[in-house]
Amino acid sequence: MEKYLSHTGSVLPLRRSNVDTDQIIPAVYLKRVTKSGFEDGLFGAWRNDPEFVLNKAEFAGATILVAGVDFGTGSSREHAVWALQNYGFKVVLSSRFADIFRGNSQKAGLLTVVIDQAEIEAIWSAVEADPKTQVTVDLEAKTVSYGSKSIAFTIDDYTRWRLMEGLDDIGLTLKNIDSVSSFEQSRPSFKPKTLPALS
Amino acid sequence: MGKTLAEKIWADHIVRQHEGEPDLIYIDLHLIHEVTSPQAFDGLRLANRKVRRPELTIATEDHNVPTTDIDKPIADPVSKLQVDTLRKNCAEFGVRIHSLGDVEQGIVHVVGPQLGITQPGMTIVCGDSHTSTHGAFGALAFGIGTSEVEHVLATQTLPLVRPKTMAINVEGKLKPGVTSKDIILAIIAKIGTGGGQGYVLEYRGSAIRALSMESRMTVCNMSIEAGARAGLIAPDEITFEYLKSKPHAPKGADWDAAVSYWKTLQSDSDAKFDVEISLNADELEPFVTWGTNPGQGLPLNSKVPNPAEISDPEARGAAERALTYMGLVAGTPLKDIKVDTIFLGSCTNGRIEDLRSAADVLKGKKISKEVRMLVVPGSARVRLQAESEGLDKVFLDAGAEWRTAGCSMCLGMNPDQLAVGERSASTSNRNFEGRQGKGGRTHLVSPLVAAATAIRGTLSSPADL
Ligand code: SF4
Repeated sequence: MEKYLSHTGSVLPLRRSNVDTDQIIPAVYLKRVTKSGFEDGLFGAWRNDPEFVLNKAEFAGATILVAGVDFGTGSSREHAVWALQNYGFKVVLSSRFADIFRGNSQKAGLLTVVIDQAEIEAIWSAVEADPKTQVTVDLEAKTVSYGSKSIAFTIDDYTRWRLMEGLDDIGLTLKNIDSVSSFEQSRPSFKPKTLPALS
Repeated sequence: MGKTLAEKIWADHIVRQHEGEPDLIYIDLHLIHEVTSPQAFDGLRLANRKVRRPELTIATEDHNVPTTDIDKPIADPVSKLQVDTLRKNCAEFGVRIHSLGDVEQGIVHVVGPQLGITQPGMTIVCGDSHTSTHGAFGALAFGIGTSEVEHVLATQTLPLVRPKTMAINVEGKLKPGVTSKDIILAIIAKIGTGGGQGYVLEYRGSAIRALSMESRMTVCNMSIEAGARAGLIAPDEITFEYLKSKPHAPKGADWDAAVSYWKTLQSDSDAKFDVEISLNADELEPFVTWGTNPGQGLPLNSKVPNPAEISDPEARGAAERALTYMGLVAGTPLKDIKVDTIFLGSCTNGRIEDLRSAADVLKGKKISKEVRMLVVPGSARVRLQAESEGLDKVFLDAGAEWRTAGCSMCLGMNPDQLAVGERSASTSNRNFEGRQGKGGRTHLVSPLVAAATAIRGTLSSPADL
């Protein structure tokens, strides 16, 4: 997992509330055998509409998704987070996230930040007026800033530490890998091995 | 105070323990199959990680492989992609794999024990909930999700919260015609499909001690159907005897060291379980399920229950829905229920003893003209063994189909499925709506009941023949 300290980028303003994980990535895309390549399926049902914000040239290259309230409800599929990351998003802002989606995103290293709905609306307006608006989401300072504005947000210390260190569960265990190695030294020799294959 | 068997195994595998954090547990064996592993391998690749201990890892193809024409390419493109992906991943990461056509191929939970890599006192995981099967050897074995599969591949450990323990004492002697499948169906009917949630079950008592290794596997296999992630049985002479001749059993001095360790793997007499329940084996009858979860079971001599007589409103509602789905009328004797399909196989009852006991019933007889019967050995080795004993001929002469190894109709991911409204008597472990095919209706039974039902066309035990 990449370390997240601070990220600056342009914004995709998604003026929709209650975007569930089926809308983020429809079930037909789940047969894949990888964690990558889900970007084609992102917001699959809306992609054919040329007016859909993701299809607009002025928002191409956006890395910060600013969404309406209740983002990520519905099925627990981990693929929804992968699809957003595969597409290139580093951060999602909303005034409220579904719990499971938020949990999944924090495990996978996609930062989800909660700010007031009024602030969300203000960002939408600013970005629609000037799509080049650069927004900075600083995890160290716990602020979202653009232009002369700076909005403080809260996040629990443990999650913040993990994201800043870039530690997924595997990363955390790997930090203690020496204890795994020393445990392995003491394993009895009669424990079975699959290699070489005997039959 | 003494320790239970599960607590001993847990204690022997703690890599790291910290207040307020889950314990980091070492995993002795990781079993892999084609359906739940692709994203895990992909995760390793993306993070530039390796499989930490390929020699503690083994893969087999089972969940969606065909059980006919296995020398031809797999017809279903999704199944083919998953199988091809598994082969590629195993080659890239140096993991041993037993592919379709290989003599060691088969259902992952049949393959581990027959190779002798399932041994007492181990921690064993697999991205499949029936990993509890391996608990029959006195191992702590449980199913995990895809993210956990990746975690084990990368670190050979898992952060886990220690489960509680439940003792299930089964005392007495089974009547002829009553099997370990009936024991576990009766246990699940008693404690419910959620009764084991959060616990490791330890099956104990004289009736369990008397079971063969294969019958013990049937019991442990269905622990998950009672809601428990793991179930186990203390190892004894029967366990050691079974293991001795297996390819990966310890040899020479290692064998002696192993056996003296294995002998310590018993719950201490002063150990305290969080919960204890008991069952009288003397009274057990062949058991079948009538509903759509494995807890909805009754002795074969009973009638379809009347939901109106169930006092718990939730259970009553579930029973009503189940009867509608199953197309059954309250009060019908279970033995009057006609079936279309018999499935003999799965990781619950697809081992050689299961095939032998069913063949014993079928020998010299014909199955009813109204049923089809699929016999699917749990592994390629089981198939070979059965053929060397002439069991294939018994099944074929009786009018059944003799297939190659895989999960097959247990979950209907390959072409072996029930059609809408079709009814099966199945030796597998799940009777959920649509499990064996959309709209299909499943009655879970023992191999003996499956064979007798095939002959009569209605749910029956060998005593009815
Ligand atoms: S036989 Fe059925 S329960 Fe067993 S591993 Fe295969 S699909 Fe799962």
